[in-house]
Amino acid sequence: MGFARGGGHATARGLVWISGCVGSTGLRVGGLFRARAIGMGRVFVCGRLVSLAALALAWCFVLGPAAFAARSDVVVGMAIEPQGLDPTAAAPVAIGQVTWQNIYQGLVRIDRDGKVQPQLAERWTVSDDGRTYTFALREGVKFHNGEAFDASTAKFALDRARGANSTNPQKQFFSVIDTVTAQDPATLVVTLKEPAGNLLYWLGWPASVMVEPKSAQVNRTEPVGTGPFKFARWAKGDRIVLERNPNYWNTAQPVRIQRATFRFIGDPQAQAAALRAGDVDAFPEFGAPELYGNFQKDARFTTLVGNTELKVVAGMNNQRKPFDDKRVRQALMLAIDRPLLIEGAWSGLGQAIGSHYTPNDPGFIDLTGVYPADKAKARRLLSEAGYPNGFSFTIKVPQMSYATRSAEVLQAMLAEIGVTMTIVPTEFPAKWVSEVMTGHDFDMTIVAHAEPMDISIYARPDYYFGYRNAAFNDTIRRAEQTTDQEGRLKLYGEAQTMLAEDVPALFLFVMPKLGIWDRKLKGLWANEPIPSNDLTEVVWED
Amino acid sequence: MIALIARRAAGLVLTLALVSLLVFVVTDVLPGDPAAIMLGTSARPDTLAALRLELGLDQPATVRYLAWIGGVLTGSFGTSITYGVPVAGLVAERLAVTLPLAVLSIVIAMVLALPLGILAGARRDEPLDYGAMAFAQTAMTLPNFWIGLILILVFSTWLGWFPAGGFPGWSVGVAAALKALLLPAFALALPQAGILTRVARTAIVELSGDDFVRAARAKGLSQRVILWRHMVPNALVPIVTILGLQFTFLIAGAVLVENVFSLPGLGRLAFQAVAQRDLVVLQSVILLFAAFVIIVNFLVDLCYLLLDPRLRDAR
Repeated sequence: MGFARGGGHATARGLVWISGCVGSTGLRVGGLFRARAIGMGRVFVCGRLVSLAALALAWCFVLGPAAFAARSDVVVGMAIEPQGLDPTAAAPVAIGQVTWQNIYQGLVRIDRDGKVQPQLAERWTVSDDGRTYTFALREGVKFHNGEAFDASTAKFALDRARGANSTNPQKQFFSVIDTVTAQDPATLVVTLKEPAGNLLYWLGWPASVMVEPKSAQVNRTEPVGTGPFKFARWAKGDRIVLERNPNYWNTAQPVRIQRATFRFIGDPQAQAAALRAGDVDAFPEFGAPELYGNFQKDARFTTLVGNTELKVVAGMNNQRKPFDDKRVRQALMLAIDRPLLIEGAWSGLGQAIGSHYTPNDPGFIDLTGVYPADKAKARRLLSEAGYPNGFSFTIKVPQMSYATRSAEVLQAMLAEIGVTMTIVPTEFPAKWVSEVMTGHDFDMTIVAHAEPMDISIYARPDYYFGYRNAAFNDTIRRAEQTTDQEGRLKLYGEAQTMLAEDVPALFLFVMPKLGIWDRKLKGLWANEPIPSNDLTEVVWED
Repeated sequence: MIALIARRAAGLVLTLALVSLLVFVVTDVLPGDPAAIMLGTSARPDTLAALRLELGLDQPATVRYLAWIGGVLTGSFGTSITYGVPVAGLVAERLAVTLPLAVLSIVIAMVLALPLGILAGARRDEPLDYGAMAFAQTAMTLPNFWIGLILILVFSTWLGWFPAGGFPGWSVGVAAALKALLLPAFALALPQAGILTRVARTAIVELSGDDFVRAARAKGLSQRVILWRHMVPNALVPIVTILGLQFTFLIAGAVLVENVFSLPGLGRLAFQAVAQRDLVVLQSVILLFAAFVIIVNFLVDLCYLLLDPRLRDAR
């Protein structure tokens, strides 16, 4: 810091102060990197707290304890704030976690078990060739701004999502659609270029919700949907408030919550404090597994460990030596003891996986037994592949705690079979996206894939794994074109098995959904087959 | 005097212009494409192209710089890439948290530190002095985020007097908003109070040997009059220097405390803008920080002129 100042005795003295101050600031910043000796500090701070308490007392007559909130409103905590509120125009899952099912609804919805259920479409029929879907739409539905929902609105929403200028994050879902026709106000006909067995599932996603022409452009900041809650207020960086929609169409299932507030608290310590202080009623996805145990012992809270869709996988560059050799990839998989990794990285919370699929997903097969931990076999495979003394490589690791901790455990496990892994911290999302995702400049990386049912990314020719397997691509293509559920899930089972045997990425674990909420609060989801915080069935019970 | 101020003001404008160019260049060469970041791990080339077009990222850098500066000069800071709302409003919302927070903690620090430091300097080597120095030493070495955690533990979790973080907004009432800011302000103020106590004490100690103090004693003025009428005004120059420094430091240093208390302040906005490569927000916030530091320094210089007549003969 340079300061141009006039001369003079006193100013010179001022400069001495500056250097003194900067010095001590340096000291305090240094304190950031010291271990927090809370135990030691507490005794010593308590004395000073007495004086602080005296000062605080002066305020108390102004403040007093908070009154009990009426039990028709709920405060839900989330770690990440969405940056817009239009799930049809941007990818971040946090958008859907606030708006999906609360503000916006789709032709169909995905329920808490991951199954497709009717919503704004009451019924539908599929032609025998699987290429024509005829939806019978619910009548009398209105958007929050009073506009009616009918077949022409539904056509608008689908055409907008698949249009040339669309920035819909799931544009590929809609690329299979050939025409959308409003046959009459209550009948929507969708024809496809080829059969698509996942169409109904896709239509249940946040990216496929129904929007209407007048408000579509401003949904990003002032969302308008057909759901049970209306958008009320967004104090950016702090909270989003929703109010109950008095004109909600579904009178058969009345919503009990009057006002829902989403609070955004990134720091896990602060999340815990907010729950304990009663500022937040629920944290459906609590951020720190190491603090979770305390809540499990606390009678005031319900704790529920479910599954998210976040698949933590260590992707390898299948186009680069030595990862282009299947035996090397299999050897690395054999070196990993998944339960131990989950213990070390995420306090033992989380479910081991053997392929790119979660227990939430229909047709899930447990494939962790294909390459279970077996160091001797791993070394044998490495020798066969021509690396009897192992090899060295780098892993690009995002800064998120699950990634850094997992990488450290992986490093130790791979060292035991003679493989040296160097950790290169890589800032996520910016640097990671440009280097790994688009640049393909990496040996190995580790990241959690958030999208439900995204096994088909391994069939993409341009995807960062660089995995090329014609048989796999064919299986995925056939699965996507099979309308019969049983046949489709069988094909997805084959696809899972192929990946488990080929190991294009080290399949590690599914991130747990560490739910914590007030004991009296009922109706939140246990699992997350789709990233969401559906509040339609939430209720306070005495 | 007037010429001195005019020269300073011209320098200030030039510095800001240079800073704006520097800020733009630095943020523009950062790796990472905001559009790619927004689309995440499922991005496809055609969607990416559509989004880049929508965000105006396809324009050359010179065009974007001129558009930005032109906007800034007319009071428009552009539209946030990630939030999709005007940056000016976004920053104003955040300033409504960070500025009161900084002012409140400066006030708390001054109320705690100045009397303590001045009295400690006047009663050197007495118990009060030792006590004040022990307080200063302790307060300076405690990191503010840690103080924040302890305050939350005691006043929110145990006693339930204050919210454990967050900010309801000024619209719900001044009392509720201040209530949300009080603990974080304390956490920010304590280390500053430690520094300020030492500065005040040392300033008084150094002055006590000066000729004018000896003259005042010889005139038989009481100890109290000498201290408050003669020494304290002279001690204000170093104290104001530190206050100016601390204020800029507080605005920037609030990031950690804002995180602990989940306050929607400017520090967190800047942090988030870096991660998301929201270049429009980032450039404006950095420019604002820079302008703030430069203007505070300018004001500190003006204060010297007010406090110390000897500095007024411009050279």
